[in-house]
Amino acid sequence: MADNLIEFTPKGMYCAQGDFYIDPWRAVERALITHAHGDHARYGHKYYLSHHDSIPIMKARLGFNLYDGVAYGETRVINGVKVSFHPAGHIIGSAQIRLEYKGQVWVASGDYKTEFDGISPAFETVKCHVFITESTFGLPVYNWNPQQEIFDDMNAWWQHNKERGIATVIMAYSLGKAQRILHNIDKGIGPVYLHGAIHNMNQAIRSSGYDLPNFPKVDASMKKEHFRQALIIAPPGATGTSWFKRFLPYSVGVASGWMAVRGTKHRQAADKGFALSDHADWPGLNAAIKATGAEKVIVTHGYTAVFSKWLCENGYDSRTVETQFVGEGPDISEEETDTPENIEIQDLGLEEKNIQE
Amino acid sequence: MKHFARLFYELDQTNKTNEKVDVLVKYFKSVTDEDIMHMLALFTGRRPKRVVNATLLRTWAAEKAGIPLWLLEESYSAVGDFSETVALLLPNPKTESNKPLAYWVQYVMSLASKTEEERKQAIFQAWEQLNKQERFVFNKITSSTFRVGVSQALVIRALSVHSGIPGNVLAHRLMGKWDPITISYHDLLGTENPKDDLSKPYPFCLAHPLEEAVDSLGSPEAWQAEWKWDGIRSQIIMRNGHIFIWSRGEELVTEKFPELEALKGYLPNGTVIDGEILPFQDGKILSFNVLQTRIGRKNLSPKILKEAPVVLFAYDLLEWEGQDIREKPLQERQLLLAELVKQANANPWLQLSPKLDFDTWDELTQKRLQAREHISEGLMLKRKDSGYQVGRKRGDWWKWKIDPLSIDAVMIYAMKGSGRRANLYTDYTFGVWKGAELVSFAKAYSGLTDKEIIEVDKWVRKNSLEKFGPVVTVKPELVFEIGFEGIQKSSRHKSGVALRFPRMLRWRTDKTIQDADSIETLQGILNVYENS
Repeated sequence: MADNLIEFTPKGMYCAQGDFYIDPWRAVERALITHAHGDHARYGHKYYLSHHDSIPIMKARLGFNLYDGVAYGETRVINGVKVSFHPAGHIIGSAQIRLEYKGQVWVASGDYKTEFDGISPAFETVKCHVFITESTFGLPVYNWNPQQEIFDDMNAWWQHNKERGIATVIMAYSLGKAQRILHNIDKGIGPVYLHGAIHNMNQAIRSSGYDLPNFPKVDASMKKEHFRQALIIAPPGATGTSWFKRFLPYSVGVASGWMAVRGTKHRQAADKGFALSDHADWPGLNAAIKATGAEKVIVTHGYTAVFSKWLCENGYDSRTVETQFVGEGPDISEEETDTPENIEIQDLGLEEKNIQE
Repeated sequence: MKHFARLFYELDQTNKTNEKVDVLVKYFKSVTDEDIMHMLALFTGRRPKRVVNATLLRTWAAEKAGIPLWLLEESYSAVGDFSETVALLLPNPKTESNKPLAYWVQYVMSLASKTEEERKQAIFQAWEQLNKQERFVFNKITSSTFRVGVSQALVIRALSVHSGIPGNVLAHRLMGKWDPITISYHDLLGTENPKDDLSKPYPFCLAHPLEEAVDSLGSPEAWQAEWKWDGIRSQIIMRNGHIFIWSRGEELVTEKFPELEALKGYLPNGTVIDGEILPFQDGKILSFNVLQTRIGRKNLSPKILKEAPVVLFAYDLLEWEGQDIREKPLQERQLLLAELVKQANANPWLQLSPKLDFDTWDELTQKRLQAREHISEGLMLKRKDSGYQVGRKRGDWWKWKIDPLSIDAVMIYAMKGSGRRANLYTDYTFGVWKGAELVSFAKAYSGLTDKEIIEVDKWVRKNSLEKFGPVVTVKPELVFEIGFEGIQKSSRHKSGVALRFPRMLRWRTDKTIQDADSIETLQGILNVYENS
């Protein structure tokens, strides 16, 4: 086992030397957390170690636990294993976790994207011997357009809707995508309103010092006319609810990497699809892996078998491992992170009780 | 091509009819008449012939993208559309092209006379200057798979807004055989007396299914009833001594029915009949299965013609003595048709489709129950004073089909669909009991709602047992009511029968697999069907 700094156990990725887990899916004593999405940061561990910025988010979602935070690049030694966190570019607070023991370096990257999104700290290459990668979009058909083009398109769509007097609603995960959109959209076009889940999430993130615009949440007292020129950001689970119907007439857009493919776009009850993802595309995955210098690559979630085979054909020693990570689900109502119900459990104890009618 | 790619993309982005019309009109206003002609050809199924086969295109795309072929196949199975897969995985273009659609269609057509290597280079060059959206439609044109989710009626509506020509006139002018290379916009659509080619058919009048109670139609005297036949709905045209036969899918099928060419000795010039081609022998209509044996064949041997002879059952007369009489009331057209068929005396190739006598709706309801014995699908009801309309209009024509045959069956295999169903298990194989074993007897992929499809897909993912290529076997648990229109013996299915138009009528969540039907039930239906 000495060769394997990380083993894959029924509870999750385990470092025997350090006696800790990374993003475990069952309750453990000590968990290192790459980022605060629900499939990586779960309930029930005794100690959580993550980047500082993940802590307010985990508090909001998982309640009060024993959290410990580190800065990017800061080193901790746990039972002789040197542990450090490095930006993964996925969402705020997301990190690749680097482990070093007796000259062996492993990196568990969690979820990552290589393009800088303007708000999450930019992805950094970490040299290693073994790289553990996702492959959510591990097929060559996934090539993201530059972020600016996507937001130009989104701005134009909002403008067009506004001119027609209909509301613009974007479905986006409440953690990650929502903040990315808020940061990058042209806020001069019209008013912006948020679903309660996103509003709460923003409060948590703001407490880490991020400068997020403070837009109001949709309120039961608001009249339909409020929304005619507005952009409303809501999590995917909110579609089809009575909460949603108040925006009628509206145009709905979905922001997800899966929107790059017509078939998946058509399956969503949406008017507009934006291929905007917080995961690396095909060139991103390949470039990131190459830059690590790793010889061995373990593929955890996504198009694992296909991507691993491709890596093997390109000279890597690669294998796949079954995990319970979800990534960005093609059925966007089954997202990686947040159903409004999940968030409702730990509603920060703030004023709003009724996030989803 | 930018406008055309944009058009395709924008149509794809909306399912609202008015927005589609707006998008189409905007397109018509922004391109040349020549481009409009090419667009109309593509949108009405007049695709240029395929110049590169799919296998070659795949190999070239993989080479250009720098990936192995297996990875392209994996990508295809996630995307569900070959042209789209290729468009997505090629590297970004180096330059851009402002050439119009007409240029690119002719570019593709010119490949036909080139060597394989020249074709490859030409396609690489095209890929290097077209963006993702443009490449997608280019690939569709090259592989002759261009299809669009916009009905011809909608295109005509938009074109009518653009040109000011009434929709029904446009519908007629767009029918038949024309080629955007040889005819101009003006000559096809813009002149009072278009240089019609002799074969030009009229747009078919289609019926809506009758969903209300039949007595909601009012007085029975106002209606004509006839059997709805299960054959090939056709228009037979006699002009200048030539016979042309068009199928409802706007395909010229004259050569498929050489025996009907004999009608040119019987019908006067300037005649167009709407009717149904049916397999017919010794004064009896045969099952559609018989016709199926000759439809797909290139070479119709004397043996086949003898085994599956056909007749035209005439429903309606659209052109008489060279005049378009579609606006005359149905009963007047019927009189002219009856007289024409009588005069022609063209047995055994031409007959009047019989009308049913009835005084009350109850009487007709009883007659409808005998449809299956007549090898008919049910009844057609047409208002006697109605004109022959363009397309599917509500009110004057109704189809009143009999309920389908049905059987409860167990899902045993599932396969992922394509297109918008890519990556979802949507195509299922069903089994019925043969002793203690479930034997497959039918495949079906339609009839479920989108919501049900997603639910079944999730279930399949959790309950798949083994994988054979794209097919998985599933735990026998889900029961569906399968509806079908006919049944015949088959050596291809383990069950020994094959169904016509199988589809899922209902997901029987109330039933367990023990409640599913057995092979004996199917055999019973087969016996009844064969004896009728």
